[in-house]
Amino acid sequence: MMKSRTITCSLLLMAALAGLAFAQNAGISSGYPTPKNGFTDSQQRGHGLYLRYCVLCHGVYGDGNGDNAQFLDPRPRDFTAATFKCRSTPTGTLPLDSDLIHTLIRGIQATNMPSWRPLSDENRQDLVAYIKTFSDRWKTEKPGDPIKVPPEPAVTIDSIKHGHELFEKMECWKCHGQLGHGDGPSASTLTDSKDQPIRPYNFAAARNDSRFKCGVTNEDLYRIFMTGVDGTPMPSFADVIQPNDAWDLVHYLRTLQIGRRSKENDVLKSAGGASTLKTPETKSENITPADSDRQVSHAGH
Amino acid sequence: MQIAFPSRMRGPQSRSAFLFVTGFLLLLVVLSATPGYAIPAFARKYGLPCSACHEAWPKLNSFGQNFKDNGYQLNNDRDSPIWLNPSYWPVAMRITPHWHYESVGRQLVDSGDGQVEQTIKTSGFDLTGIDLLAAGTLAKNVSFLLVPSFDAIDGTAGFESANIRIDNIKNSPWLNVKFGKFELDGPLSEKRMMTLSNNGGYYQLYHYVPFGGADINDFTVGENQLGIEVMGHSLDDHTRYSASLISSTNGELGLPSGRSYDGFVHISQAFMAGKLGLQRVGVYGVTGLRPTYFLTQDGEPIPGTGRGNKSFYRIGAYGNLYIGKFDLTGVYQHANDNVFLANGTPANGELPEGAQGAAWNTGTFEGHYLISPKHFILGRYELVRMSSQPVSDLPKDFGNIDVFTAGYRFYPFINSRAGFAWHIEFSTLNMVKTADSGADQRSNSFFTGFDFAF
Repeated sequence: MMKSRTITCSLLLMAALAGLAFAQNAGISSGYPTPKNGFTDSQQRGHGLYLRYCVLCHGVYGDGNGDNAQFLDPRPRDFTAATFKCRSTPTGTLPLDSDLIHTLIRGIQATNMPSWRPLSDENRQDLVAYIKTFSDRWKTEKPGDPIKVPPEPAVTIDSIKHGHELFEKMECWKCHGQLGHGDGPSASTLTDSKDQPIRPYNFAAARNDSRFKCGVTNEDLYRIFMTGVDGTPMPSFADVIQPNDAWDLVHYLRTLQIGRRSKENDVLKSAGGASTLKTPETKSENITPADSDRQVSHAGH
Repeated sequence: MQIAFPSRMRGPQSRSAFLFVTGFLLLLVVLSATPGYAIPAFARKYGLPCSACHEAWPKLNSFGQNFKDNGYQLNNDRDSPIWLNPSYWPVAMRITPHWHYESVGRQLVDSGDGQVEQTIKTSGFDLTGIDLLAAGTLAKNVSFLLVPSFDAIDGTAGFESANIRIDNIKNSPWLNVKFGKFELDGPLSEKRMMTLSNNGGYYQLYHYVPFGGADINDFTVGENQLGIEVMGHSLDDHTRYSASLISSTNGELGLPSGRSYDGFVHISQAFMAGKLGLQRVGVYGVTGLRPTYFLTQDGEPIPGTGRGNKSFYRIGAYGNLYIGKFDLTGVYQHANDNVFLANGTPANGELPEGAQGAAWNTGTFEGHYLISPKHFILGRYELVRMSSQPVSDLPKDFGNIDVFTAGYRFYPFINSRAGFAWHIEFSTLNMVKTADSGADQRSNSFFTGFDFAF
């Protein structure tokens, strides 16, 4: 008798306490404040996920001022500006949802943003839906049309040489350095759109498993300098460079990744190595095998 | 099963204490249930809230499992300790001050000239053992876990876990190696279990031993083991495998008493089922040998001279199903101990009459409902059914067990610097015909306390 009374009391008490605690959060879907009315189901779910995964860096208001932001370099993205680095759309335009989803899957190299691959596709779609509520730009503008990426031509020594000429002509070296160390004469002065110091990408530090912030393939690299990296000093070259020229530049940039196995490096080596690329405009630096033992920089555009 | 208690608390005292504690907790819940954002940073390293990796602390979600399987790495270039502030110290502690009530039925107590069966009840404030948790990376793809554990009663210390792991060998997530003392990669983690009471704080699945024949097999899947584990997983962690070779000491330090190793394998596959979420199914098995006698010196066993090895095995299959905020894990396991192990008889000796190998089946069903990251309800039902008693004349259902556990955890705040939960749980366990009189024995546990780690 006593035993059953104790059990019954315990169960009733547990139920009462659970109900009481739950009741205090009436209207709270995920243990956090309810978002504004008018949210879609997807945005509502995304809100819960955002608070679970993202809020401490990107902040409650999506402005990149989460509690943890002060410790991070580079700073977390400010969603209220709706400016995104990794896009398939032209500079200044909003990205496609798929661009944001790819960023979630991939993470962003050399930042604290991890890969969210273990989340479900639906989770990522919900997160993107919620992130888009932080800026009214999403209500007034449509994403840009994705740039077209033509098929990659064959890697030849001529394309690499031409890419090298473009690298000089377009003064990429001013930021990225002659050897791609990210140490060009302008590198130390660069800031992002939030006036935070930013360093150019260090091609030379790349290893076989290295990634760019916005991808890993030649196609991704092509897209990066055709779309630009919005919010950083890296401009779009879509208006000043022809598609074939852009591919040549891709092939040359790959040769700056001297610690990474690539077809471009094989072609260059077969043609006589980096000395093949010397031009009168090239600065006094020489490319030698010793360059592979270089300082590693982990940041970039 | 006879359990001795140091003292008894009379009924009225027990009820008063019970009401006082629950009243206090009720008040606390009323005052503290406010949303909170606290100091960020995943273990002061990654800047993620604890809810990023935990469905509800300490239960991992799929992202946390992936993080763990990657060797405590997010693979975002911030894994190496070179990125850490020099003052960073990868250490946390966990302990649970609590109040619990225990009732154990049909215990033998002295009475007059003989003994009678009586239910023994007791309650009081208590502490769990203290875990000191140190984990992190030594370099990219080289990580460690060190868990010295302190017994809350006598203060003795031991190493619950101490292992080093090398991950992404040949740049592949399919090849990772763990070496040292670690938890076997079972279908349910007993180190991250959401139940804490005397009855519910462990899995029968892992710890059940047949009652009838003085079984001498000390192996339990739930104890951390000494050995080497090779494991691998797909990038999204949907496909996982692990294989372990472990010393036959059931995790005890020192060389084995016998001359054999145990082996454990586990393979699982997860898949998305539309909006329901991630579902996982898997199979696992463990087998090994245990000695049944030793060489002796002056009649005393000589360590390391175990002879007459006899075998045992455990095989199981499980499903981990998610339906939105509700998840249910069901595990079926079949266990078998050789007749000599089951009856505690040397292999060169004579078996008792009617002796036979012990076999039993276990079913574990554990469900969780995550109302929100702050409110977590859990329930578990476990049953053990003997299919072959160690001695044939024992009743078929002798030692069968049913355990039902229900609980609730409330997380008043969520941040990455600390874990904190108010825990309340009730568990009741029934063992068939194990009392001295042949009747069933029932024990009840009620547990409430504050579970915290920082």
